[in-house]
Amino acid sequence: MKAIAGYVASRLALMAGLLLVVSFVVFSLTYLAPGDPLDAIAGNFPRTPEVTAALTAQYGLDRPFHEQYLSWLGRAVRMDLGESIMTRQPVLVEIADRMEITLFLSAYAFVLAVAVGIPLAVLAATRPRTVWDRLAVTVSVFGVSAPAFVTGLVLLYLFGVRWPVFPVYAAGEGFAERVTHTTLPAIALAFMALGLIVKFTRSALLTVLDQDYITFARARGVPPRRVLLRYGLRNALVPVITALGLVLIGMLSGSVLIEQTFSLPGVGGRMVEAVTSTDIPMIQGMALLIAATVVVISLLVDLAYFAVSPDLRRRFRS
Amino acid sequence: MTVPQTRRRLRGGRIPLLVLGAIAVVLGGFVMAVFGSVLAPHDPYADSLQSTLLSPSSTYWLGTDDAGRDVLSRVMVGARLAVLGPVVVVIVSALVGTLFGLLAGYHGGVVDSVVMRITDLLSSLPALLVAVVLTGALGGGYAVAVAVTCLLTIAVDMRVVRGAALEVRQKAYVAAAMTLGLGRWRVMFVHILPNVVGLVVANIFLNLAHVLVVLAALSFLGLGIPPGAADWGRMLSENIALLQSQPLAAIAPGAALVLFAVSMNLVGDWVFDTISNRERS
Repeated sequence: MKAIAGYVASRLALMAGLLLVVSFVVFSLTYLAPGDPLDAIAGNFPRTPEVTAALTAQYGLDRPFHEQYLSWLGRAVRMDLGESIMTRQPVLVEIADRMEITLFLSAYAFVLAVAVGIPLAVLAATRPRTVWDRLAVTVSVFGVSAPAFVTGLVLLYLFGVRWPVFPVYAAGEGFAERVTHTTLPAIALAFMALGLIVKFTRSALLTVLDQDYITFARARGVPPRRVLLRYGLRNALVPVITALGLVLIGMLSGSVLIEQTFSLPGVGGRMVEAVTSTDIPMIQGMALLIAATVVVISLLVDLAYFAVSPDLRRRFRS
Repeated sequence: MTVPQTRRRLRGGRIPLLVLGAIAVVLGGFVMAVFGSVLAPHDPYADSLQSTLLSPSSTYWLGTDDAGRDVLSRVMVGARLAVLGPVVVVIVSALVGTLFGLLAGYHGGVVDSVVMRITDLLSSLPALLVAVVLTGALGGGYAVAVAVTCLLTIAVDMRVVRGAALEVRQKAYVAAAMTLGLGRWRVMFVHILPNVVGLVVANIFLNLAHVLVVLAALSFLGLGIPPGAADWGRMLSENIALLQSQPLAAIAPGAALVLFAVSMNLVGDWVFDTISNRERS
């Protein structure tokens, strides 16, 4: 336990470093944007000499680059990322407002993908060269290469327009309505995830089921279900967790595309607005949010490895 | 029991039917990219208010969009933008990525670890979102989108080549070449490069599929390609509103994109398997 705590501490330190690097790049975005950094900050705001002077003082544009970066970083650490140029709202408030629907959509899609993907992979791995196996391979090829926005579009047409089973606009009020409004987007997002989950789980399980200890367990009469779940799936979990981590990170970009396809008012849609209107403070906030999410996901994935694999725990301790 | 074995050996030398189909689709896409504007039955940009939102007919095989432009022609001509960007990205990143990958794998040490931390960082972040943020901050434009995607793909190629070069570097023939006193460039390019080049080729195909989707997603989000252009991503986002009246206008470019991406992935996987099988034996 102590060793693992130490590991987490060292990972956290590494991640703080990573966030620092990202924050530097993110801050430089103000300067990367073409033209005067003031253009990036003020946007299309009418620029009188007074406004220019006030903004220069407010953002410290007359000070050297490193001082500007440090004061920006100081404010960022205190959760102050400035105001959106478009709406003049604090960046973090806007992100928080939009977060709920994105989280709901991603969680819904994740649950769907796991609930369908893992059983499908188990069926495919235990019944090679059957319909299930072929279905699993097809799903994984299409899921990995079909972009989420195309899947979304097809679903939108089939079940929103052709046979209007699901509502196609707005996010819905209350839990029940929210579920029906986000079912199509969640299926589209889950399809992409399904590809990865099926691919990794199927091949991991095939490898494990080929091991001697599985044959031995079968030979000594352990019930088949127990062999499959306790001896097989349990030992195939490490690659499955890798896949789940990739899926969670993939959902970040997937949800941007899906929210755009279904016009859902989530973080992704706001990000596209910010990017197409060069709303630099908003873009910076989004970029930091993405980096922080990736960091947290990879920490969770590492901890999950330890949780499922006594082998890794033991190797780490020695 | 000998019969199935012979059959399997025969089959091993042949290309699977599915892969043949995929190769045909990829080649078809490339032909469209080059000759699409000649082969297209109508001008993809000719709008007409008399023929908006027509259903498929013998003149307009896939119907027309809300500006009266022929959907089929736009999809055919769209192949050029769909293919051009990815091809440029993949070739540039294969060249640059291989060079730096070789250098990092050969030299090792501090340079190697610094460079690898950077590529680790780049590959741990979701590629599409990095591209969205950078393209947006740099003010958009197709050239910017291509350049940013290129940067991300270079990181992928570098990791692959560096890993392979590290392995090859341990081989006796490399040690022999170094003992003979050959220069490091000669060792890198004459003795190491030919042994990793198969991997680079396989990677080119897999990257092609990935870059195709990333660039299409960027233009779907309104970054890169200007509005109204005959581009699959743009057509998708602009014609979503037409799903009620003329669904083909949005579904046709989507189908083209998926077909092309899936085929490219199938070809890439097959090349990868063939090359790694050959290297193992």
